[in-house]
Amino acid sequence: MNDMTPITTKPKDWETDQEVRWCPGCGDYAILKAVQRTMPELGARPENTVFVSGIGCSSRFPYYMETYGFHTIHGRAPAVATGVKLANPDLDVWIITGDGDALSIGGNHTMHLLRRNLNCQVLLFNNEIYGLTKGQYSPTSRVGTRTPSTPLGSVDRPANPCAFALGSGARFVARGIDVHKNLVGVLKAAYAHQGAAFVEIFQNCIVYNDDVFAPFAEKANAGPNQLWVEHGKPLLFNNGSKGLALDAERLTLKVIDVVGGDVSGVVVHDQTNRGLAHMLVEMPFGEFPMALGVIYDDPAPTFEGAVVEQNRAAAAGKKPDLQKLLSQGQTWQVDKQPHLI
Amino acid sequence: MATAVHEVTPAEASANPLMESVVVRFAGDSGDGMQLTGGQFTLSTALAGNDLATFPDFPAEIRAPQGTLFGVSAFQINFGSTDIETAGDQPDVLIAMNPAGLKVNIDQLKAGGLVIADEGEFTQRNLDKAKYDSNPLTDGSLAKWQLLSFNISQLTLDAVKPFGLGNKEALRCKNMWTLGLSLWMFDRDRQPIIDWLKSKFAKAPTLAEANIAALNAGHAYGETAELAGPMKQHSIAAAPVEPGLYRTVTGADSISLGLVAGAQLASLPMFFGGYPITPASAILHSLARMKEFGVTTFQAEDEIAAVASAIGASYAGQLGVTCSSGPGIALKGEAIGLAIMTELPLVIVNAQRGGPSTGLPTKTEQSDLYQAVYGRNGDAPLPVIAARSAADCFDCAIEAVRIATQYMTPVMLLTDGYLQNAAEPWRVPDISNYAPFPVTFATETPEGGFKPYARDQKLARPWAKPGTPGLLHRIGGIEKKQGTGNIDYSPANHQEMTDTRRSKIDGIAVPDQQVELGAQGGKLAIVGWGSTFGPIHQAVRRARRQGLDVSHIHIRHIWPMPRNLGTLLKSYEHVLVPEMNTGQLKTVLRDQFLVDARPLNKVSGQPFRIAEIEAAIASYFDRVPGHDEGSLGADDTQLPDPVSGHDDGSLRDVTSPQSA
Repeated sequence: MNDMTPITTKPKDWETDQEVRWCPGCGDYAILKAVQRTMPELGARPENTVFVSGIGCSSRFPYYMETYGFHTIHGRAPAVATGVKLANPDLDVWIITGDGDALSIGGNHTMHLLRRNLNCQVLLFNNEIYGLTKGQYSPTSRVGTRTPSTPLGSVDRPANPCAFALGSGARFVARGIDVHKNLVGVLKAAYAHQGAAFVEIFQNCIVYNDDVFAPFAEKANAGPNQLWVEHGKPLLFNNGSKGLALDAERLTLKVIDVVGGDVSGVVVHDQTNRGLAHMLVEMPFGEFPMALGVIYDDPAPTFEGAVVEQNRAAAAGKKPDLQKLLSQGQTWQVDKQPHLI
Repeated sequence: MATAVHEVTPAEASANPLMESVVVRFAGDSGDGMQLTGGQFTLSTALAGNDLATFPDFPAEIRAPQGTLFGVSAFQINFGSTDIETAGDQPDVLIAMNPAGLKVNIDQLKAGGLVIADEGEFTQRNLDKAKYDSNPLTDGSLAKWQLLSFNISQLTLDAVKPFGLGNKEALRCKNMWTLGLSLWMFDRDRQPIIDWLKSKFAKAPTLAEANIAALNAGHAYGETAELAGPMKQHSIAAAPVEPGLYRTVTGADSISLGLVAGAQLASLPMFFGGYPITPASAILHSLARMKEFGVTTFQAEDEIAAVASAIGASYAGQLGVTCSSGPGIALKGEAIGLAIMTELPLVIVNAQRGGPSTGLPTKTEQSDLYQAVYGRNGDAPLPVIAARSAADCFDCAIEAVRIATQYMTPVMLLTDGYLQNAAEPWRVPDISNYAPFPVTFATETPEGGFKPYARDQKLARPWAKPGTPGLLHRIGGIEKKQGTGNIDYSPANHQEMTDTRRSKIDGIAVPDQQVELGAQGGKLAIVGWGSTFGPIHQAVRRARRQGLDVSHIHIRHIWPMPRNLGTLLKSYEHVLVPEMNTGQLKTVLRDQFLVDARPLNKVSGQPFRIAEIEAAIASYFDRVPGHDEGSLGADDTQLPDPVSGHDDGSLRDVTSPQSA
C-alpha cells in the first residue's frame, strides 16, 4: 500500500531538469504549466503519480513531469495505463494523448478504456493536426483542411472527441482550452472523479494549424462563443445575455435571449444528465457557442475496483499451495515396480 | 519428466519394436464428441500406467456441417509399454463414426490395420456428402484392411432405451459406446470414465446413467462372443517410468502451471494480458482460475492491448505475461520492441500454428522461429526458448520467467498447436527442488541520484516501481542515454545502447547443449527443436538400434544459443534439421556457425511421422541394416540426397531457398 496522505508541494516540485522541446508558442506549454499548478492543489504525491503517453507532440509530456512516467508507443497509452493501474490501483494514473494518438491509431484502446471505466485521467490535446509528422490532417480536422497529405482539402468528416467518449460509455467528459484559467478547475474535477475522466483540451498548434480554435478561444471572441457549464446553474453565455433552452418540439437545444436577468426557460445544467451531455457536445459551433467545463460527471464502479474485488473474492479462504496446484486433477502413483493392469 | 528425456536401456533397445505401442484414431463428425471420447480414453490409458501421447486433429470451424469431409474431427492416441514421445505414425486401429471420417483418415491406416465403422451412418445421404460413389463397407475397397462394421447407432439406441431419451440425445451416447468397445479392446478400466460421467452429469442423473449404459454396452459387445476374427483383445504392458506421482497435462496446462510457479519463484504477482486466439486461449482460461496465486488475468480488446497492458504491469512491478499465436505475435511486434527498449521483464508465449496470415488455425507448425528471433524493427534481440513436450512446457515457462526477471528483458517462449493440445503423463515435480530467484526491486536512492539505466554485471538495469519515493524516473521507446535514461539521439550513445542491448542478451547464461541420444561427434546429428522431439527421438533410437551412427540434439535455447553448440555441430560429418517449416532453424544454424546444416521439412499441418525421419536418417547410410519396414511413406522431395547426404545443390530449389 502506498502512502495516500495528501502532501504539500509547489508547482516547481513537479518540474524535471529536462529541456522542454516543444515549438515556441505551442499550447502544450500552457497545459504543462496548468498541470504543474494543479498537482499541489490535489495534494498529490509525485512518487504515486504516473504519466503515461503515446506518441505525438503531446506525448513528450511525461519527460517534463517530476513523477513516474512512461512514454509508450503510438496509440497504446490506454492499454499500458490499464496494466499499470491493475498492477497497482493505488497509483494516480494520467494519460496524455492527442487527437491522432487517441482517436486514430489508438481509437480502439480509448474506447475500451472508457467503457471499462479505469480510474484515471485522460487528457486529449486536440489540435486538429498531426504536428510531429509535420502537418498532415488528423481525425478531428474539419472538412477541407489543406495539408501536405490533403493538398486539395480533406474530404472526410471529423470525429468529435467528446461525443466519441460519451458513445464509448465515459462517465466524465469535460472540455478546456490550453491557455484558459479554467483549465485547472477542470483538471481538479477530473482528478476528483472516480473512474475514467475524459478531458478534451483545445490546444493551439502554432506551426501547422495556428488559430484553428480562435473563433471561440481568442479572448476577443470568448463572450459570445464560450459557454462554461456549471452544475446546478443555468446554461448562460455572452455575459448572461444568452442562454440555452429546450426546443421541446424538436427535442434539441436552442439559443434564447435572456432579458433583464430572467433565466426562466434556460436549461439548468445537470452534470449527471447523459442526454443533456450528448446535446451539449454535439452543438454545431457557430449557430451555438462551444460548451466548456465539466459537461458530464456521473461516477460508476471502476474497472480496477471490480478486478481487485473479484481477485480477492476468488482467493478468499484459499491458501495458495503451489505443490497442491501441481498435483490436482486425476493423478496416479507409480511405484518402483510398474504395476500392470 | 516421464517423457521429456529418456536414456534408452540396453533391454529396451533390444525389445521388439513392433510390440511397443498401439495407435488408435477416433474419427467422426466434429459434433460427435470425438475430442471427448479421445480425451477420456487418454485418461484411462494414463491411469493404466501406459505411457501415451495424443494428437487431437479438429476442424477450424466450431460446428462444420454434419457429415462433410471438412467437418471431420479426429483424435489419435499412441500408447504402449515403452516411452512414447509422439502421437504415433500410422494408426493400427481406425474408428470411423461416419463415411467422411473414414474417407479422410483411411489412407493413414497401416496396411492390415483394423477399421471399425458405424454402418448405421453409412446411409446414401452421408455417402454422398463424403463423396463416395459406392458404400466402402460393401464394395471391397477396404480389402487392404480388416473391417468390422456394425450398427453402432442402433446398438446405442437399444442400450439407452430404458432411459427414455429423445432420439437425438440417445444418439449422442454413441461416442461412449465406442469408447466402451475401445476400453475392452485395450483392456482398460471403465471405472474412471464412469466416475467422470457421474460428476459431469451430476445434475442430470438420467444422462449419466444412459451414457454409462452405452459405455457398458460397448464394452460388453466386445466381450461377448458376438464378434469373430480380428476383434481380439489387445493387452499392452505398462511402460517403465520413474516412480512418483503422475497426472496428465496438455502443454497449455503445463505452461500455465510453469508461469505461476515461475512468478512464485521470482516472488512476484503475475499479470496476464491475453486476447482470444487459437490455439493459445487455453492458457488464458487456465490462468483465470488461479487468482489465489496472485494472478490477475485481463482479456484485452486486442493483441496489442494484451501485450501493452502486460508491459504496463511490469513497469508497475508485476510479472507481465502475454500469449498468442503467430498472427497475434505479429500485432504485438511493436510493443515487444518497446519492452526491449525500456528493458522490462515480459514473457510472451507463442503457440505456433500454420501460417502465414490466418493460415491453419487448428493445425501445428514451427514456422515462427524467424519471427521470434528476428521479427521486429531495429536491432531488437530477445531470448527465445522452445518447449519440446507438454511436460517440458513447465520447466521452459519457469526458465522464461527467470531470464526475463534476472536480465530485465522480454522473453519469447515457443510452443505449438500440437504441444498446446496434446496430453501426456507428467511426473508432478517437487517444487521445493526448484531454486527460487526472487526479484530485488530498487528502493534506495543511490549517491548521485537514481539512474534507471545503470547496469549490473549482467548488464541488467534496476527495476524501480512507481510508488517508490526518491526513484522517480521516466522511460519510453525513444533512444535513451546510458545511465540516466534521458532522451539521447547522439550517434555514440545509440551505438553504445545498441551494443549493450545485444551484449546483455548474448551474455545470458544458457546451459551447454547436451546430446539427447548417441555420441558427441560422429557421422550424423539430427538437430531439432520444439515438438518434433518425439518423432526425432524415436527415429534416432530405432536407427541406433540398427547400429547406425546417429545422434539426437534438441535445442531448447534458440536465442542466445548454447555456447558449445557450434563446436558440437562441427563434430559431426552431417547435420540434418527436421522442422515443421521450410528450414528456419537450419538457416540460423548456418548463419551462426557456418555449418552445412541440411533441411528436412514438413508443413502439412501434421506432426512428423517417425518413419519419415527414419527414412531421412537411412539416406545418409549406404545400407540400412535390419530395417524391415518396406515403404517409409516420406515424400522424397523433402529428403536430402539419398546417396551421400551431400548437398549437391538440387535440394535448394525444393526446400532451401538460400545457398549456404
